[in-house]
Amino acid sequence: MKTMFAAFASALLIAVIAQVAYDNAGFSSAERQAASSVRLN
Amino acid sequence: MIRAFLFLIAFTLPAMAQEGVSVDVIPPGGTAPDVQSLDRSATGGAPTLADIMARQQAQREGQDQPVLNNASRAADTGGIGLPMTDDLGTLGGASDPELWRGIRFNSIPITTQQRGPAATVLIQDGGMTWLKWRAGPLRIWGGILLLVTLALLALFFVIRGRIRIEGPRTGRTLLRFKTYERFGHWLTAGSFIALAITGLLVLFGRIAFIPLFGAEGWAPVAIASKWVHNNISWAFMIGLVMIFFMWVLQNIPNKDDLIWLARGGGIFGKGHVPARKFNAGQKIIFWIVILGGASLSVSGLSMLFPFELPMFASTFGLLNDWGLPQLVGLGPLPIDLTPQEEMQYSQIWHGIVAFGMTAVIFAHIYLGSVGMEGAYDAMGKGEVEEQWAVEHHSIWAEKIMAERDRPGNAPAE
Repeated sequence: MKTMFAAFASALLIAVIAQVAYDNAGFSSAERQAASSVRLN
Repeated sequence: MIRAFLFLIAFTLPAMAQEGVSVDVIPPGGTAPDVQSLDRSATGGAPTLADIMARQQAQREGQDQPVLNNASRAADTGGIGLPMTDDLGTLGGASDPELWRGIRFNSIPITTQQRGPAATVLIQDGGMTWLKWRAGPLRIWGGILLLVTLALLALFFVIRGRIRIEGPRTGRTLLRFKTYERFGHWLTAGSFIALAITGLLVLFGRIAFIPLFGAEGWAPVAIASKWVHNNISWAFMIGLVMIFFMWVLQNIPNKDDLIWLARGGGIFGKGHVPARKFNAGQKIIFWIVILGGASLSVSGLSMLFPFELPMFASTFGLLNDWGLPQLVGLGPLPIDLTPQEEMQYSQIWHGIVAFGMTAVIFAHIYLGSVGMEGAYDAMGKGEVEEQWAVEHHSIWAEKIMAERDRPGNAPAE
């Protein structure tokens, strides 16, 4: 059971890390779709 | 350049040509004396706020459209944007069908200042096909698959009951899965369940959740579902890689699997079928999880990074070259896909594979919990009752016990 809960907690931790990575990876719509003449933010 | 100019004309001239156009709206259920006149001169004949309000009012009263009196418009024919009176030809009539066809099917070069990969697709013709597929067959058949699977498992439980440990318990246990194996399993399992629940919420929320809890209740659930689905997916992919490397060698099919399958795994009838660490049924689930999970991961990544990982055009091209669509009576699959269509095919495929895998996992969860006595211990504690191992994985159990009982391996008293 301890292993199971540790795995679940790890999944949540990985999810939080993934969210931080997304935020810093430059993949938001504003960053991907905007050009100098078109602002999306 | 010429087409861009024509495009500009097609958009702007109708508005310029229809000054002073007005229509009459007959309120639903009304009669001629109740006709309202809408002044469209401000928009050059294009719909106004009053048009929108009239349409919404009609829909509130159960009609698709308000009853419009277009007599004045019909009388003014021949202009651009107005009913046509002449034959169509180059730039003839009120429209340029070639231009609009080109825009609709994305077959003319369009440039924009916006630099996104899908920015030059002005009309995405395949979008409605995708929308209907998502709202129709995917929901209906996917939902039926899951419900029928649950019903069959319930029926199986009623008929067969719980598969008990038949022989006397020994009180001794065998180590079946080490800690890191159980960690990999639960990382994959826990994330898959979270992904399945949030995926179902995203697919069915609009029709199942909103009617019960309202749009205000749905909004935070939808946001949370998206967050969980996008981010937990990485835990699933890591778990998938773990279980592949941990168990792939033990899941390679062998002759024992043919015997196991021929005897139906011993589910019905007396006696147990010899099996190694994983029996044929478990191997089938393993490969479904690995291959299905890989496919889910790839299509999921395609949606996670929009327009960055297109793969269906090239896949369809390969399938066409191999002649597979033609073999089953289909024409060649489309290979000239818009960026949006790539995403839409990814979503549909993601949904189909996810439904299939969820149904299989239902069966896996059933057999690993209520369906079979002693099975949960394998992943819960890592150790199983020796008698359970002898009954369900006799080849593996005998090997492990022989190793344990070798003189040099006897535990110190």
